Amino acid sequence: MKTGEIAQTTTRDDLAEEGPSFMKKVKSFFIEMALLSAFMWKFFKELFKRPFEFNEIARQCYIIGCRTLPLVGITGFIMGLVLTIQSRPTLAEFGAESWLPAMVAVSIIREIGPVITALICAGKVGSGIGAELASMKVTEQIDAMQVSGRRPFKYLAVTRMIATTLMVPLLVVFSDTISLLGSFFGCNLKGDISVHLFFSQVFEKLDFMDIMPAFIKTIFFGFGIGLIACYKGFNSDKGTEGVGRSANSAVVIGSLLVFLIDMIAVQLTSLFS
Amino acid sequence: MEDIGKEETGNFALEIKKLKVSFGTKVVLKDINLLLKKGENLVVLGKSGSGKSVLIKCLVGLIEPDEGEIVIQGSDTARMKERDLETLRKKIGFLFQSAALYDSMTVRENLEFPLEGTEARTEEETETLVMEALQNVGLPDTAGKMPSELSGGMRKRIGLARTLILKPEIMLYDEPTTGLDPITSREISKLILEMQTKNKTSSIIITHDMECARITGNRILIIKDGVFSAEGTFEELKKSEDPWVHSFFE
Ligand SMILES: Nc1ncnc2c1ncn2[C@@H]1O[C@H](COP(=O)(O)OP(=O)(O)OP(=O)(O)O)[C@@H](O)[C@H]1O
Ligand SMILES: [Mg+2]
Repeated sequence: MKTGEIAQTTTRDDLAEEGPSFMKKVKSFFIEMALLSAFMWKFFKELFKRPFEFNEIARQCYIIGCRTLPLVGITGFIMGLVLTIQSRPTLAEFGAESWLPAMVAVSIIREIGPVITALICAGKVGSGIGAELASMKVTEQIDAMQVSGRRPFKYLAVTRMIATTLMVPLLVVFSDTISLLGSFFGCNLKGDISVHLFFSQVFEKLDFMDIMPAFIKTIFFGFGIGLIACYKGFNSDKGTEGVGRSANSAVVIGSLLVFLIDMIAVQLTSLFS
Repeated sequence: MEDIGKEETGNFALEIKKLKVSFGTKVVLKDINLLLKKGENLVVLGKSGSGKSVLIKCLVGLIEPDEGEIVIQGSDTARMKERDLETLRKKIGFLFQSAALYDSMTVRENLEFPLEGTEARTEEETETLVMEALQNVGLPDTAGKMPSELSGGMRKRIGLARTLILKPEIMLYDEPTTGLDPITSREISKLILEMQTKNKTSSIIITHDMECARITGNRILIIKDGVFSAEGTFEELKKSEDPWVHSFFE
């Protein structure tokens, strides 16, 4: 009886505490969304203003592209290989083994390639940008840029966001290609198929509506990853703890955003096809 | 006491009227009035945490004041457009207390950074400016180094070189000599004086270093509880009977 009472009071206390703090969380969520939208708006406003900082854009593209290339390549290869090996028994059951290259290619190019690559970029690129900008913020380097009459938003955020928007789609194309190679190896592990036959089977089943929407959504993935990382970096709390938190939430929110964009993209594609 | 910093002059570089700054409920600056004459070195003293850094950060727009007016070279900063503010900022040099070097760039790139986006210069001209600035702070052979390879005092001096490279009309120094040995401190103080005589720079110098205050300051203001509570030349304040003012000079 007594324990029950205690249990009940605790629950009530919890609820009482949870009420306002829950509302607080909802409120801060909406504030955050408003700030993020303002940040995005500022990006578009600054995008077409001088100076264009082409050198910095090129440097960021190089950093983002080249440093992520090996990782994306390796995961892409394994993805194609594993997917092929895993799918073979099921297809064999239906006697549809000859469909293997086409099926793997469609699933990689439409969905798995873009999403996995974007997630890897959200992890590697997002955390890198988030941590770098946040530490520049806490050590007053961003303030120093502003004071010297250069535009930190343009020089740091706009360039990086352009770079991710350009590089993530390219990385996805690269990863897809390597995945298909992986799949080709997978097909050849049990069985024998020539390169020519493999790719003619792949491209026979792939059409415009497989490739184009998948490519377009990767542009949004790239933009989203850059946006979140720069936003989190620029709005870092003071102190080293703030840097860690910024890098962390750049990855978490960036990854979530990738899924969100993917979901919207799928809905839109099915609407139009 | 109320008139401190308010004296009438036509020829001033910078004017602050009734500045108030608070963070949340904490009021850091209550009622700050200040006139910086052209070509004057004004030293600001005050205890740690009294809001000295906050004061000069307001001047360059890094902190938004709650109330008050900031007039720089005749124009009210609150009414200026972002573009004009940027042009104005190029005329104001700001030395950060923490030096704030860009640590992904070499020392040379750090110094070149504020130069870009100003008037067009050839590579040689830029190089001359960079080397001259490094020479000024006594670190001519650090150009290729990364900030992480430098000591705290060296960083501070590079920060100073980066700020002075644009030959600003108004300089705001946040503790230029902290963390430096007495000899280097004196050299930096002399450099500040040189900026004043050569470039007619008007400066606000925040410092805890009385030697630096003595060498550089034409006038000294002491900040206490969010207002300027004492004003005078070094000698005047040194003779002050107020025990609190006097404690700075012991
Ligand atoms: N961004 C900020 N957010 C909240 N409080 C701040 C912020 N910046 C400064 N403060 C507070 O304002 C007060 C004054 O800080 P300020 O840095 O101006 O001190 P200071 O006079 O420069 O001290 P020191 O001589 O140690 O550098 C401090 O109490 C500090 O806690
Ligand atoms: Mg300070």
